[in-house]
Parts: sequence; C-alpha cells; structure tokens
Amino acid sequence: MNSKQPLFHITKRADISKKKAITIRLIAILAALIFCGIVTVALTGDNPLSIYASIFKGAFGTARKTWVTFQNMSILLLIALALTPAFKMRFWNIGGEGQVLIGGLAAAASMIYLQDKMSNGFVILVMIFASIFAGALWGLIPAFCKAKWNTNETLSTLMMNYIATQLVAFFTVVWENPKGSGKIGIINQNTHIGWLPDVFNEYLLVILIAVIVTLRMYIYLKFTKQGFELTVVGESEQTAKYVGIDVGKVIMRTMIMSGGICGIVGLLLVGSINHTITTTIAGGQGFTAVMVSWLAKFNPLSMVLTSLLIIFLNRGAGEISTRFGLNQSFSDIITGIILFFLIGCEFFINYKIVLTHKNRESGKEEQA
Amino acid sequence: MIDLVAFIPRAVAQGIPLLYGSTGEIITEKSGNLNLGIPGVMYVGAISGVIGSFYYEQSLTSKDDINGFLAVFIPMLCCLVGSLIMGLIYSFLTVSLRANQNVTGLALTTFGIGFGNFFGGSLIKLSGLDVPSIALSATSACFSKTLPFAGSVGWAGKLFLSYGFLAYLGIIIALVAAFIIRKTRVGLQLRAVGEDPATADSAGINVTKYKYVSTCLGCMIAGLGGLYYVMDYACGVWSNDAFGDRGWLAIALVIFTIWRSDVSIFASILFGGLYILYLYIPAGIDHMEYKELYKMIPYVVTMLVLVITSMRNRREDQPPKSLGLPYFREER
Repeated sequence: MNSKQPLFHITKRADISKKKAITIRLIAILAALIFCGIVTVALTGDNPLSIYASIFKGAFGTARKTWVTFQNMSILLLIALALTPAFKMRFWNIGGEGQVLIGGLAAAASMIYLQDKMSNGFVILVMIFASIFAGALWGLIPAFCKAKWNTNETLSTLMMNYIATQLVAFFTVVWENPKGSGKIGIINQNTHIGWLPDVFNEYLLVILIAVIVTLRMYIYLKFTKQGFELTVVGESEQTAKYVGIDVGKVIMRTMIMSGGICGIVGLLLVGSINHTITTTIAGGQGFTAVMVSWLAKFNPLSMVLTSLLIIFLNRGAGEISTRFGLNQSFSDIITGIILFFLIGCEFFINYKIVLTHKNRESGKEEQA
Repeated sequence: MIDLVAFIPRAVAQGIPLLYGSTGEIITEKSGNLNLGIPGVMYVGAISGVIGSFYYEQSLTSKDDINGFLAVFIPMLCCLVGSLIMGLIYSFLTVSLRANQNVTGLALTTFGIGFGNFFGGSLIKLSGLDVPSIALSATSACFSKTLPFAGSVGWAGKLFLSYGFLAYLGIIIALVAAFIIRKTRVGLQLRAVGEDPATADSAGINVTKYKYVSTCLGCMIAGLGGLYYVMDYACGVWSNDAFGDRGWLAIALVIFTIWRSDVSIFASILFGGLYILYLYIPAGIDHMEYKELYKMIPYVVTMLVLVITSMRNRREDQPPKSLGLPYFREER
C-alpha cells in the first residue's frame, strides 16, 4: 500500500445493548430538533422557545387537536404495519399509496352504487370486503410478477401507485357531484349510508383498529409459522428453498395481507374520516410509512413511537406555518430533516469508528 | 387526425424534463445507487433556479437592463448548487453511512418536494418584497429564446428549432452520457462498480469516489430538468405541485429504456407525448373522464415493459447487479 494509513477505520458492531441503541437514537432526535429549531428561527425570526411551544400546541393544544393527532398517527401506523411483513421478507413495497387509494375507491364505489339497494349494515359489510379485496389485488399483482419472473418490486409497486391515482381521477369525473365541480363531495351526506359508525366519538374507531392491528401484527411476526417463514425468506432465499418453503407462495401470501391492510386504511379514510375520495386522500403517507416502518426496525411496537414522532412534528410544523402565514409544506421540510438525522444515526448503531492511532479499545462515536 | 406539427413540439417540451431526470438517474443507477429522491431533487433544482432568478430580477431597476448572460447564468448556478447539495446528502447517507437507499431516497423526495412548495409558496413573504406573484417573465424569456431564423423555415423549424437552449443541452448530455458509459474507460469502471463493487474495489477502482461523483452528477443533471420545466415550459411561473409526478416518470423511463440514455431521448419524447395525448384525443364533452384514463398510459406501459424485460430475462437488459445494495469493504 502506498497510501497513508487512514486515521480511523470502521467495523461492524457484533452486538449493541438496547440502552446504547436507544441513547444514540435519542441524541439524533435531539440534534434534529435543535437543527429544525434553528431553521425555523432563521425563517420566522421568532424566539426558539415559543417555536417549540407552538409545535407542542399544534399537536396537543386542545382536546380536539390531540384526538386528531392520534387519529392521523393511527392511519400512518396502520400503513406502516401493512408494509412491514413485506419489508421483513425484503420485498420493497413502495405501493402503499396505491393500495390505500384503491381500497378507498372500492369503498366509495360501494357507498355510491349500493346506497339505495341495500340496508346500511349490508353496505358497510360490502365496503369492508370490497376494500380489502381491492387492496389485496393491488398488492398481489407486483407480488405475482416478482414470484413468477423476479420483476423488480420497488419499481412495479411504484407504477401501481400512479395507475391507482389515475383510476381515482377517472372515477372522480364519473361521480362528480355537483357536476362540473371537479370533486365528488361528501358521499351520502343526508342518508349517511356507508358511514362507519362512531365509537364514542368520530376519532376513536380508527385508533382502536390501529391498536388491534398493531398487537395482531406483533404476534403474527413473532410467534406464528407464517411470520417465521417470511423472515426466513427475507434473510436468505436459498435457505428458505432448502428447508422447503415455497418462496413464491410466501411472497404472494404476504403481499395479499400487506395490500389488504392498506385496503382497510382506504376504507377508514373514506368511510370514517373523509366520507369522500380524492386522488390525494393518502397524502403521501404510503411513502412516509416506508420510513416509519424502517426506522422502527420493522418492530410493530416501536412503530407506535416512530409514527407518533412523525405526526407530532408534522402537526407542530403545521401550526407554525399557520401562525406565520407560511406554506403548509413547511412540515415536509421538518419531516425530511428529522428523517435524515434518524437515517444517519443508524450507522452509529450498526458500525463503530475505531481510531487506528493508539489502538484504543473503545471506538469513538460521533453523531451525524 | 392529430395535428402533428402542433403536437410534436409540445411532446418534446413535455419530454425534456423527463430526459434530464432519466439521464441523471441512469448515471446514478449505473453506479449501483437507486436514487428514489430524483423527484425531490428536480423540485429543488427548479426552486433554486427560481430563487436565484427572483432575486436577480428584483435587483434590477427596470426589466429592460436585463443582462442575457447573467439571467441564464445565475438561475443555472443556483439550480446546480441546490441539486448538488441534495446529491451530497444522498451520497453521504447511503455511501458513507451505508443507509438503506430506498428509505433515504424517499426521505429526500419528501424533503425536496416540501422544500420546493414551501419556498414557492412563501418566497414573497420571506423576502419581504412587495410583488403579487412569482412571475419571472424576463429571465424566462432568456431561457426560451430560440434561434432567430426558427420561425422562418416552416414546419421543419417548428419541429426542430423551436426550443430553448436547455432542450438541446439535455439531448447533448444524454448522448455524451451514453457514449461515456458504453465506450470509455471511465464508463467501464462505473459499470463495474454498479455490477460488483467488491470486484471493482479489488481491481483498484475507488468505489466510493465513483458512487459519489455519479450520484451528484446525476442529481445535478436531474435538477436541470426542473429548471427547464419552470423557466422554459412554464414561462417562469412557479405554481405549487405543478411539476407533479414527472420525477417518478423519469425513474420509470430508466427501466423503459433499459438503462440507456440515448434511447431515453426518444422515449422521453414518447412519454411526453403520452402525457399530453389526452389533450389531442377527441373525447367529447360528455366523456371527460376518459382523459384521466389516457393519462394512465405511461404508467401502464412502464409496468408492461418492466414485466416483459423480466420475463425475457436477457442478460443485457437487466438492472445493474448491485443496484440498491450498500457496499462495505470489510464485508467482502
């Protein structure tokens, strides 16, 4: 070697204590919050303390705001949970957005076409089946291509998003109400047919479903045979084949489930929250959920925290932009910054930097 | 019948941002980095150019003493710097810190689109200047200036000469990129890094350097696509979300062209045509909804191409082998 010996080298950590990993993540979040504070101060000229107070007020300022925060968080969490089994088998399902949309579309179609043919209870039943089926189908198509011909799933699920978006746009024109408005408007505003029932208040139903799915998914991944199979497929396809797992079948089965849960999210968005459908109803959360799931290391319980963090900042940034008359996209910038920090900090959890100089035993850690 | 002389120039104008985006992404992907942040990068490229030219136009006392060179140079420089920073963020996270490429790319897109829309919506308020809207007609005119005799040579002039200089630059970049990737030593080494970084590393190729340079270069090229869109196509008027999903279409194009930027010139124009085809297909007043189905065509076509190339499974049509995977020397 004719080059100089480098100052440090990087080694993979064999194992890291939970406490240390959490500390590293907390430092990253803290650093990100400080950085976001600096950016906000630079843009608004307000003092930092009142900015942090606004963020908190935006998320938990009133009882209603708190409910909305938890409702939004539940939706994001549900999508993240839906994507997780796919990610665990290394199937990059970027198509959450489309699977949610198509599920919502199926629910909206049932509401519109069946409103005067069936009783409310039956319409809701049909909506549930239709949206799960539609979401599952949207997940199955890329999974089938992957299993059969090894088609790149990142790109095929991505394309399915836009096919779904255009389908929704198509039906928006078909169902336009009133004509010429360019939107569907509240579906069944007078009869409330197909509106999912309120539990206690209009927010709790979604939250309850999120709680149930979180626990169910945790058990599914950790304690069932199917959960074990998909983990093996994710770790090594060769091993899976060797022990007699039908890889294609696992991929398709998992994606049917993944898409189906996204379909449920579509159902909730249309049937419980918005009572209408637009092309932007999923609002990019299909993408955000990818990061929520990944940051939680595909652990359903940790996802509760990561989704809360993202929604908390999102609503807080929304409050700041309203207060200063700035654009609502401010929250995307804040989300982006937080994500960069959290993505970066994973490095310090997986690897350690060892100074070559004095051959010190404990590697020095730096924060990104 | 479609009026081709009117249709093709519009298809080209639609296609150029896609061409920049796909050329940038092809260069990036050849090094094994799947940058899903391209849509965000294109937004940042566009808004950086807008910010640059906004302040330049505000600094002028009257619209008449605009300097043609500066009017083009300042936005372009801002655009390149903005997209370079995005490229550096992505490379630092994925190459140096070995983060997951999909996640980093999506975060970059969230950030970039937010950045674009935020400054697009708040630039006037933040700058404290008293102007009604961001309309950069003077700088835009410099960008879309065509050759002086373009109008006088009939339909041929309209088809080939009626575009601003960025359109031609995009085509040149795509051709040069295709040549470098396929015919030169640098291109060979780049492909080696994308196919098998461990082998490339043992052959003495600096994997990190190739990944950094190709990703940053790719981002800068993609950023120019955003600049073309806002300065030339949209006549210097920024409106939030107007750029839409073109960034994703550019990524789709990479697969559609099977990682060849020279093919992308025609493919981009084809996609550009598909993107606006609905305007030219007589749907009738009662059936406006079919327009939305026509807009679906580019995505359906891409999906089909993706499936068909994977079915045929020809070796030369496959993605770079290490696409999407981080490289860690100690793990060889």
